[in-house]
Amino acid sequence: MDAQHLYPYFLRLADTSMTMSQRLSEWCGHGPYLEEDVALTNVALDTMGHANLFYQLAVEVADDDVTVDDLAFLRDAHDYRNPLLTELPRGDFAYTMMKQYFVDVYALLLYRALTESCYQPLSDVAKKALIEVQYHHERSHEWLKRLCMSTEEAHQKMQKALDDLWFYTPELFETDAGIQALHEQGTAPDMSVIQSEWSSMVETHLAQCQLILPETGWVATGGLQGEHSEHLGYMLAEMQFLQRAYPGCEW
Amino acid sequence: MVMTTTAAQIEGWLEAVKDPEIPVISIKELGILQSVDVDGDVVTVNIIPTYSGCPAMYAIKEDITAALAARQITNPNIKIHNAPAWTTDMISESGREKMHAYGIAPPVARGHAVACPLCHSKNTEVISQFGSTACKALYRCLDCAEPFDHFKCHAPIL
Repeated sequence: MDAQHLYPYFLRLADTSMTMSQRLSEWCGHGPYLEEDVALTNVALDTMGHANLFYQLAVEVADDDVTVDDLAFLRDAHDYRNPLLTELPRGDFAYTMMKQYFVDVYALLLYRALTESCYQPLSDVAKKALIEVQYHHERSHEWLKRLCMSTEEAHQKMQKALDDLWFYTPELFETDAGIQALHEQGTAPDMSVIQSEWSSMVETHLAQCQLILPETGWVATGGLQGEHSEHLGYMLAEMQFLQRAYPGCEW
Repeated sequence: MVMTTTAAQIEGWLEAVKDPEIPVISIKELGILQSVDVDGDVVTVNIIPTYSGCPAMYAIKEDITAALAARQITNPNIKIHNAPAWTTDMISESGREKMHAYGIAPPVARGHAVACPLCHSKNTEVISQFGSTACKALYRCLDCAEPFDHFKCHAPIL
């Protein structure tokens, strides 16, 4: 197995989960009501667990002697490989749930495909994460329906969130030569297949919610090359503060 | 004569290690403790986490170390495995009974009604899919009005 391609791929998966988790955890104490506050932070915890598992896979194939904490807390923004979507500020509840729904469907389809990966440690992690992602998807899909079909104001906010986020979604499925090589070896799935499954599922749900897809917008790209929005640096500044200020500090 | 400790003996001792969040159920009953291997002086304890982000794993490791230290076994090798993926089917019958007696409705297959642990009515409703911990959902009994935790079914949807 070619570790040269595995390492950046595991970072891509881990960083995506890590940034999602960090944004979700920002809701702690700010949820619209107590049960929802607990739910948001529980999803954040699961998602941080997935990041931890993917970082472990990266550590196992890394050339250098690194730890999971080094990867999460000591890399700068240009070393992060997540798509721009997951680093965007959490916004309002509509924005958070729309983003969560997009990423949940993506994770559901991707992890399901990764359970078939010929790289056994990755397939093991995918099987574990998939069970949790099924719950996340059920929840964000329920919220999508509830918010879109309740008041006019809620519907407008969901439409606004869709307009703002839609053109960030194609980047979830971007690949590079390394990911293509992993696909050819049977380690990673064909992302164009995942993308078409995602589109048909998401577009059906959005139509049921009477939301209208925006026609034009700036199509986000860059995360796979370490080119990020300005938001990631601020997020990492907060997330990494403790390890930067007190190197090696443990909980 | 050299006394040898068997894996089965050690597994028996580890019955004393309870889940930090449901302190009436052992890690064996919950399915977290998978196996114990003894190779000469080296004791390996194989465990799997319930949820990926379960913060109790650190406490469980410490509790295993302490339980073994009480039996003069030091420096056990505690290995956390990612496979098999934990599911609620791994909870033993005795684990389910203790959970119920503790006031937590044990897991049921998806789509089935959850019975109130107090009055046993199946006329219950979900308040939130996520309760006090990631593995539990918050329910309410519509007959006796008891709010209760339900240990969620955790298994792949086939």
